Parts: sequence; structure tokens; C-alpha cells
Amino acid sequence: MNDHLLVIFPHPDDEAFGVSGTIAQHTKKGSPVTYICLTLGQMGRNMGNPPFATRESLPLIRQKELEDACAAVGIDDLRQFGLRDKTVEFEDEKGLADKFLSVIEEVKPTKLITFYPGYSVHPDHEATARAVVRAVKSMPELERPELLCVAFAKNSEAELGAPHIVTDISDVFEEKMNCIKAHKSQTQWLVESVKKDPAMLEWVKHERFWRYPL
Amino acid sequence: MQLIQANEVQNTLDQLIGKELYLHLETTNGAYANHNNDSVLTVNAYIRNGKVTPLSGKIMGNGPFRVGLKIELGWIYAEGLTHWEIDSKGRLLMAGHDQEGRLAVALQLSSSPFDV
Repeated sequence: MNDHLLVIFPHPDDEAFGVSGTIAQHTKKGSPVTYICLTLGQMGRNMGNPPFATRESLPLIRQKELEDACAAVGIDDLRQFGLRDKTVEFEDEKGLADKFLSVIEEVKPTKLITFYPGYSVHPDHEATARAVVRAVKSMPELERPELLCVAFAKNSEAELGAPHIVTDISDVFEEKMNCIKAHKSQTQWLVESVKKDPAMLEWVKHERFWRYPL
Repeated sequence: MQLIQANEVQNTLDQLIGKELYLHLETTNGAYANHNNDSVLTVNAYIRNGKVTPLSGKIMGNGPFRVGLKIELGWIYAEGLTHWEIDSKGRLLMAGHDQEGRLAVALQLSSSPFDV
């Protein structure tokens, strides 16, 4: 069976913390992964002290980090959609959904991972999630991939209940950490806190997904 | 980027007076400001590629610095600037970074449009 995983997120590094272990487990067993990343995170704030980046050099740095992160977890099909950070919600939602749909129809994923609409905090996350749901809903029921969502708004568990799937990713912990570290302009603080904080380490070793009710 | 030397920035601003330029002006406290602290409003704004012709421009303060540019019908203003550089494309980049190295404000001027 073609067990293809499709991952759709707006920013380089959105995949790192919550999904890269699941991705690595998938590629390790020889199953293909396609990652659609919408922007280059051009409006990221971390420039370093002393600064290692400027507003203008940051996208070039994050482009390279994204490629390194994909290599770390075995993603060889990265699709970059060339949108601009913070503007996803102002794009035409149907146009974006149609672009997602054409990739879905091409790679025929069995699973699709994105953010959970309403529970993903950043407006770009929300807009991406809404367009993904729109794309999947437009498909005949029997052809739809399973839609697994990442939620991290504070009210997620209170309103959605416990995650439907909790995956232990200890077997690919090193690959996951290499993916997180590859996004070093954004994740230095996180790498430090995983080293120091046992609770954070446990958090990183598990990935949580909610099935979206289509 | 380097820490701002006001006289060097002033010399650079002086050379931009009367020229048609592209502006990037931004302030941000991060997309997660409210997520991280309920009592804080998430506030972000940016203009990418405003077309402006400064009539005059000054950098003021002892650091962090303020820059004000007079234009035909109004003003361009930024406060909290700490770092600057003239990048490899000859653009004047100024930014204010907090202790953790996070950008809080940016004011940039270029003779050609910024990438979008």
C-alpha cells in the first residue's frame, strides 16, 4: 500500500516540534512524505544577540534551515508555495484550497497533517488549517485522507478532549532533535530547554494529534 | 548588524534626501504575545514597499535611537532602534532588538523594491 503522508504548514519550523518525529518514523519505514511549506517565515523575530540576521537576510537563512530540517527526517518532497509570512489569511481561501487539492490528488496521501482550525493560535496557522479542511471536504468521502491536526491553543484539551493519537517517538528522537536544531535561528531556546528541563524532554518525545471531524 | 553609531546613520540619511525610495516599516511584539501572556495585546504592523521621497531625515537620542523622516504629506517615524547596517545591496537597514535578540521595530530604505 502507498502509505503517503502529506504535511501542510505555513512556516519553516512548524513541523519541527510537534510532527517531525512522526515524519521520521514514516520515512524510516520507507513510506513517502510530502511537505508543503507555504512561506519562508520572513517575519520571524529572532535575530540573535548580537544579531546574526536582518529582516532581509532571514528568509535566505530560513530557506537553508528548512532544507536541512527536511534532510534530517528524510523528507525528499518539499513543496514551497512562495507566500509571505503573516499574509496567508488574506489570500483567496478557495485558491489556496485548490492548490492543496491538486497536490492531494497527485500524491494521494493516506494521512494529512496540519493545524487544527480554531486551536492553532497564529493567524497563518488558522488560515492554512481552514484551507486544508476546505480542500479535503471538497473530495468524495471515500477518497479523503485521514486528517490529523495539531492543536496548541490553551483551550485545546478543555474543548477538544484529550488528543486522539499520542505517538511515542523515542525511536527517532535523534532525528527529531536534528530537525529542531536545523531551524537554529528559531529554536535555540528550545534546544536549551530540552537539555535542562525533563518535562520538556518528555513533551518532545510524544506527539499529539486530533482527528478532525469532516 | 552593528550597534548604531548615530553620526554614521545620519551621514547615510543625508545621502537619501530627495531620492525616491522603498520603505519597510515594522513593529512587532510577536505573534504569540497574547498566547504567552494574557495581559498583553498581540500588536504587529508592517508596510512593505511604501514608495517615499524623504525631504529631510534625522536620527535622535542616545540609544536606543529614534529616526524621523519628513515626507511631502507627513512623517515616517520609528523609536527603539539599536542596530543598523548597509547591506550587500546598498540598503539602509535599521532595527531595534530586545535583550533576547528579538526584533521589535524595523525601518529600512532601499532604492529598489524589497523582495516579497
